[in-house]
Amino acid sequence: MRSCLVVVVAAGLVPCFGLEEKSALDASFQVTVDLLKTRSFGEKAEAARAIAAHTHPRTLEVLTALLDAELYTERKTDRVVFANGLDGGGFNIRDAVTGEGLGQVGRRGAKKISVNNRLRGLLRGLIAGIRLDDKDPDDRIAAAEAIADGADSSMRAVLDARLLVESDANVIAAIETALVVFDLDANDETIRLRAIRASASNLDGRVREKLTGISNDPVASEAIQEAARETLESIEETVARYKTIETVFFGLSLGSVLVLAAIGLSITFGVMGVINMAHGELIMLGAYTTYVVQTLFPGALEYSLLIAVPAAFFVSGLVGIGIERGIFRFLYGRPLETLLASFGVSLVLQQAVKTIFTALNRPVSTPQWMSGSFELLDGLSLTFNRLYILIFAGLIFAALVLVLQRTRLGLEVRAVTQNRAMARAMGIRSGRVDALTFGLGAGIAGVAGVALSQLTNVGPYLGRGYIVDSFMVVVFGGVGNLWGTLVAGLSLGVANKFLEPYAGAVVAKVLVLVFIILFIQWRPRGLFPQKGRAAES
Amino acid sequence: MKSITRSVALVATLLLGPFIWSADTIKVGVLHSLSGTMAISETTLKDTVLMMIDRQNEAGGLLGKQLEAVVVDPASDWPLFAEKARELLEKQQVDVVFGCWTSVSRKSVLPVFEELNGLLFYPVQYEGEESSKNVFYTGAAPNQQAIPAVDYLMNDIEVKRWVLAGTDYVYPRTTNKILEAYLKANGVADEDIMINYTPFGHSDWQTIVSDIKKFGSAGKKTAVVSTVNGDANVPFYKELGNQGVSAEDIPVVAFSLGEEELSGFDTGPLVGHLAAWNYFMSVDAEINDEFIDAWLEFIDDDDRVTNDPMEAHYIGFNMWVEAVNKAGTTDATAVQDAIIGVTVPNLSGGMATMMPNHHITKPVLIGEIQADGQFDIVWETPGTVVGDAWTDHLEGSRDITADWMKPLACGNYNVKTGTCSGQNYE
Repeated sequence: MRSCLVVVVAAGLVPCFGLEEKSALDASFQVTVDLLKTRSFGEKAEAARAIAAHTHPRTLEVLTALLDAELYTERKTDRVVFANGLDGGGFNIRDAVTGEGLGQVGRRGAKKISVNNRLRGLLRGLIAGIRLDDKDPDDRIAAAEAIADGADSSMRAVLDARLLVESDANVIAAIETALVVFDLDANDETIRLRAIRASASNLDGRVREKLTGISNDPVASEAIQEAARETLESIEETVARYKTIETVFFGLSLGSVLVLAAIGLSITFGVMGVINMAHGELIMLGAYTTYVVQTLFPGALEYSLLIAVPAAFFVSGLVGIGIERGIFRFLYGRPLETLLASFGVSLVLQQAVKTIFTALNRPVSTPQWMSGSFELLDGLSLTFNRLYILIFAGLIFAALVLVLQRTRLGLEVRAVTQNRAMARAMGIRSGRVDALTFGLGAGIAGVAGVALSQLTNVGPYLGRGYIVDSFMVVVFGGVGNLWGTLVAGLSLGVANKFLEPYAGAVVAKVLVLVFIILFIQWRPRGLFPQKGRAAES
Repeated sequence: MKSITRSVALVATLLLGPFIWSADTIKVGVLHSLSGTMAISETTLKDTVLMMIDRQNEAGGLLGKQLEAVVVDPASDWPLFAEKARELLEKQQVDVVFGCWTSVSRKSVLPVFEELNGLLFYPVQYEGEESSKNVFYTGAAPNQQAIPAVDYLMNDIEVKRWVLAGTDYVYPRTTNKILEAYLKANGVADEDIMINYTPFGHSDWQTIVSDIKKFGSAGKKTAVVSTVNGDANVPFYKELGNQGVSAEDIPVVAFSLGEEELSGFDTGPLVGHLAAWNYFMSVDAEINDEFIDAWLEFIDDDDRVTNDPMEAHYIGFNMWVEAVNKAGTTDATAVQDAIIGVTVPNLSGGMATMMPNHHITKPVLIGEIQADGQFDIVWETPGTVVGDAWTDHLEGSRDITADWMKPLACGNYNVKTGTCSGQNYE
């Protein structure tokens, strides 16, 4: 009371009682938070539990900051602080207990309180436990689901406690679903039986493990064991069915990447007859364009790909036109020399990229809408990035077919490829058509690069990995036939993915290559050979 | 007349040049690829050696002489490594070489170093099964990286099922062979081990990740031990993230993913996954802070990072300096004798000692990847671990030991038969 008196004297108007209670709460919270300052993760877990059990209003904030790696200790004073990284290095820090701003410290002014995976799992559960009392029912539902995912048996009591006071019907349903996971171990036969039957749609591994355990548990009754076996069987069936669907999707998605990479080549090689070894580097330029776009507009990450697609088309297209006008047009009809020259161009482009961007890979971020997966059915989800790329490949293909079939440029391209002399006699400027066609093929390669930047490394050697596959697809599909490229790409993708589980990734690739070689022996012009006079030359 | 004098002087300089120089300076060879695929990793190591030389010269040089770097570029071309090594040792007469990254490049230069009795400090973790009189292995042997990492997963995370995923070449294959034997010796059943190899630069991980997911959903705690080589890692981790496999469900512990590699990644999907090394940039030690500051100043770029092979060169360089001081000469044979037992500080606040088998003592650290591309150390060995050239977990090498101290002086000594097979570089 004496210290309170001093405070009253010093601060004059501050109500004494409230201040003392608050500072007492702060002080006890301070002691709890300080428990985090240990190297042992076991002790940190204890500290986290103690914090979650504390009544201080800042518990949720502290636990969330710990989970998000924003909880630090200030090196100088050794107190626990919230720290936000600043752009130039260093941190903005706030006291963890009082929330009071403490200004800025340098890069080494604060030391992160590290968490490991186990602690992260625990924190997520604890946070969910706190949020189960949240005002917003949606938050409560999410919290119940998070607890079910964690399947931490210590959280069961939290769910039970909430169920007693919960009034929202949706939240009650969510909590009951979450409780099923825990009910699998229930002592009451009927509850357990119901939980086992209710688990048929749950494809989580933990549930399966539990069911396997129950089905072989000599202590459990015959009925329970039988129910567990049946449920397991039905789960296994579903899993096997989903596996097939998944493999088809994987195959189509690998195929769509092949189609994207090859379709530009299908124009330059197929339609124009240029063996362009620099095709892979044009893809790489597209990927780097994505990186540049993301660097130039750091705030617009979500839209960066939409900007990158036309940008990459122009960059790669212009480079393509440059190569065609500068080198290839002098080499038409001399495939060997084109091959060597374009190989040289590919090296030049690689080195140029290395000089500008260094030889290190560049980090290209994935926008939120392309991360994660789309849950088609419970337990069957398709990853968003693959799904979008599959759709994207379809759109690009359709656009290209339209350009070649419906536009004047397409008409001229087809005329020039079928009979150059005749086309020129009709007044078509074949030089211009060549440049534009090559630019179109190169531009499409650049667009493919944008898609690939979401799947693989953006580095100077990105193109190398795709050039062989691209030629493979074009030759297999039939030179000069866009539909052939589509069918060849997709079928090679699916074949590869069906072989992979049996043969392994390395051998699957070998088998596909051997198959193509044999196929070409049988049908040298590929799946869809060009017919008519043009094919004979 | 004047011109004749001048040309005589010129010829004399050219002829005597090397001798004059060698009298004034001690030459340090740097054999790291500065172009080609390995340039990404190896250029940093070249810069590290140059920095160490600078620092040594500022501190007064060595034996009263200045150190001079001789940098060559083997261009990620394995046979060229042997040629460049010969050039360094024969033509440039260097006293010591710091170099190589891949095992195949080391195997390629080994005969040259043994023939010309040179000194090579090799700074990268490797598959073991080798010990040469002329090579000092300052990177980790399998028992200093792979085995402790597996121990950590087995004891601390209680992992019961194992996926050994690697790129298809010698280091992953040998390491996985050792790990498989080790796991089986620890009672892991055959069906709880899944081994998978992928080609270099593999980018379509859908099936493999889905298989891992399925393998891991059998209820037992599952972990992936990854020896996947640099480039293929990004699509691998991306696919893991997209298919909803989190580090908490199935942690991936990587042996060739460090700070340098992470600086080119979008680290989002990697957070929480693990890496095993003997050094992390985030190690909390005064000597490490000092080294990082020196490095950032030398390279003049605050965004650069330090990594494990850099620490290996730091240790190797200091060991060599100490051994030369001890021997009072840079003569290779004298240094080989003097360096065994030499102890220098490492960057994590401990000491590193050169053992008679030419491997060094190292602490083993397990780190979790953070969003900023750094590692949080979650586990470390209580003390340092002695590098074991010949693993105890494989049939053929169990009885073999390496000891370059007299009287044994053998890198491949069979304790059972009591014979020394001689040099081993095949």
